[in-house]
Amino acid sequence: MNLPIIEVNSIGKRYRLGQWGARSLREELENLSSRVFRKKQANHTDRASDFWALRDVSFSVNEGEVLGIVGKNGAGKSTLLKLLSRITEPTEGEAWLRGRVSSLLEVGTGFHPELTGRDNVFLSGTILGMTRQEIRQRFDDIVGFAGITQHIDTPVKRYSSGMYVRLGFAVAAHLSSQVLLVDEVLAVGDVVYRKQCIEKMKALAKEGRTIFFVSHQLDVLSNLCPRSIRLHQGRLIQDGDTADVIRDYLKADGDGSQPSTARWTGQAGDGTAQIEAASVRSDGHVTEHVNIDAPVEIIIRYRCLKGGSRLNASVIVNNSLGAHILSSPNLPSATTGEDRWGYAEHPEGLYESRMTIPANFLNDGLYSCDICLSTDASHSNGVVESAISFTVHDTGSMRKEFQHTWWGMIRPRMHWETEVIKEAKP
Amino acid sequence: MAIMQTDSSSFPEIHIRRKTGLFSFDLKELIRYRDLIVLLIYRDFSSRYKQTILGPGWFVLQPLLTTLVFTVIFGKLAALPTDGIPPVLFYLCGMLGWNYHATVLQATGNSFQSNADLFGKVYFPRIIAPFSASVSQLIGWAIQFVTFLVVLGVCAFMLPEGNALLPSWRSLLLPIFVLQAGMTGLGTGLWLSALSAKYRDLQHLQSFIIQLWLYVTPIVYPLSMIPERLQWIALINPMTTVVESTRWSMLGSATFSLSTSLIGMGISTLLLISGVLLFGKVERNFVDTV
Repeated sequence: MNLPIIEVNSIGKRYRLGQWGARSLREELENLSSRVFRKKQANHTDRASDFWALRDVSFSVNEGEVLGIVGKNGAGKSTLLKLLSRITEPTEGEAWLRGRVSSLLEVGTGFHPELTGRDNVFLSGTILGMTRQEIRQRFDDIVGFAGITQHIDTPVKRYSSGMYVRLGFAVAAHLSSQVLLVDEVLAVGDVVYRKQCIEKMKALAKEGRTIFFVSHQLDVLSNLCPRSIRLHQGRLIQDGDTADVIRDYLKADGDGSQPSTARWTGQAGDGTAQIEAASVRSDGHVTEHVNIDAPVEIIIRYRCLKGGSRLNASVIVNNSLGAHILSSPNLPSATTGEDRWGYAEHPEGLYESRMTIPANFLNDGLYSCDICLSTDASHSNGVVESAISFTVHDTGSMRKEFQHTWWGMIRPRMHWETEVIKEAKP
Repeated sequence: MAIMQTDSSSFPEIHIRRKTGLFSFDLKELIRYRDLIVLLIYRDFSSRYKQTILGPGWFVLQPLLTTLVFTVIFGKLAALPTDGIPPVLFYLCGMLGWNYHATVLQATGNSFQSNADLFGKVYFPRIIAPFSASVSQLIGWAIQFVTFLVVLGVCAFMLPEGNALLPSWRSLLLPIFVLQAGMTGLGTGLWLSALSAKYRDLQHLQSFIIQLWLYVTPIVYPLSMIPERLQWIALINPMTTVVESTRWSMLGSATFSLSTSLIGMGISTLLLISGVLLFGKVERNFVDTV
């Protein structure tokens, strides 16, 4: 049998915007009357309030393939997953799934807090499509994988969140389905656990399962999926090598067509000076997605309102937990290079300062920047907290050898040297 | 290698597309998910009784207290007839079928909203949720039935003509009437679920419907109290036949005929089938409206 295990043919999903209720009752009556008079046509007419979350998407996946889905929020990734999981039905087009499919959109699907871990393994397993017989065969593996053998007869409401998540994932990881539709929320929890999840996914892929994987974590995708498809505004715009797809995805993101967190405009300051705009730029354009091996420019526009003030801009870079990674004021003793305007008397006018974070410096993850403007280095004219944010993506340039979690808040290349102190005589 | 090749050939191809027909009921699929039905029923059993203080005792107390109130208000104050049956038994027996019906309706009348989280995350035939909820209400019915038998036994022993109360062969037909009560409750519950998935405020109607329905069903009064030429109106309500047939099978005296019983069964069946079809239509896109 050479038919692809997943085959998707011009599938589309339309959402009706606007509220339900009285209005939809009227709509339905209209629909009914038009159906009576024109038969078929009624449901294929588009209205102004319609929104196609997905349209004309076709692709196929062969048995044993691991396919990644790339796209921004709202590009249609979740909709595609929901259609293939049969949680909702498509408006047009069709798809075939040839084999048993399980969708893992959540950890601990169907868990009931009052029941014991044992009962929940069976409950969740059957909800995900296994039979009791199959779960019985795998039960010891599941409990062993979750590492909660002595708590298996305790109600899960008494579990710590870590135990709960581990048990939920353990059930999912031992499904007998040939096709797994996986959402990235599956990999929640601490770093060690996440790593365990990714390792398990890899093992499943090696066993020959077909995996359909949606994630924002591009490093995970590039690690796990040889092939990816890319969605943009509900359309499939790329299907190929994951490395190529990710590269194009990051590049295309800066087209400025959508409001992004990489750009801030507004006014913050006092009668002396004010900040007017800030943005993140990398690889020549404004973007919220930055490659780990590209420099990042933080650009600040400010206006001097009182001539002769000694102004300087500063940037504080915070990680996703709010920890301050670094702060950098534009002061001669705290910068490299020559900036004529840092800590200099400014005539009235508009200025733009640019700070560069070097390539291969930040670790991968989400960062946000506070922007400040000061007079005489210590008096603050204005602060914009979390004015801009950006995500640093791991492109694998430092991962030729090491594949696992890269610890630390920053990830600079460091200088190393090793010398032989004493060689053992053979 | 944890997967078996045989698995893939035995599992049917799934074709995903927009369904247009009215009949989307897939019995084979339900059979494939039979273990899920069993486990959901088990879940309901074991979780429900852990949370209540009285546990299953609640099911003993509730009909007994209701019967007490009925006996005082309808039996003594309003002095409604009870077909010559001791009032306590008359009410208890009437509520046997009724309470099962009402608890099923309560448990299934808002199936989409109460299962929204699960329905949004994983596929399984949606009808399994209200179906297994209906079955798990049977434990309440069973407890109530035992209570009724105890009271019946006491009455048969204490009262002068008590022997007439002892069950006859007709009590063997009781399961049919229980089934009909369940079908009526589930059918109505599916209708309400489907409607309130779209028109959210309809879910508040549920308790109101149950309350009104209780009074148009001959529970606190016998069907024989209604003038014969108007009885057909009462028989539109399938719960009338459930309650009257239950009394006929357990207590011997009631208005019962095969033809009215069959009509009642027919109405219940229609209610259930139409409910299943409507439910099936709503389930396809319900998730989009949450």
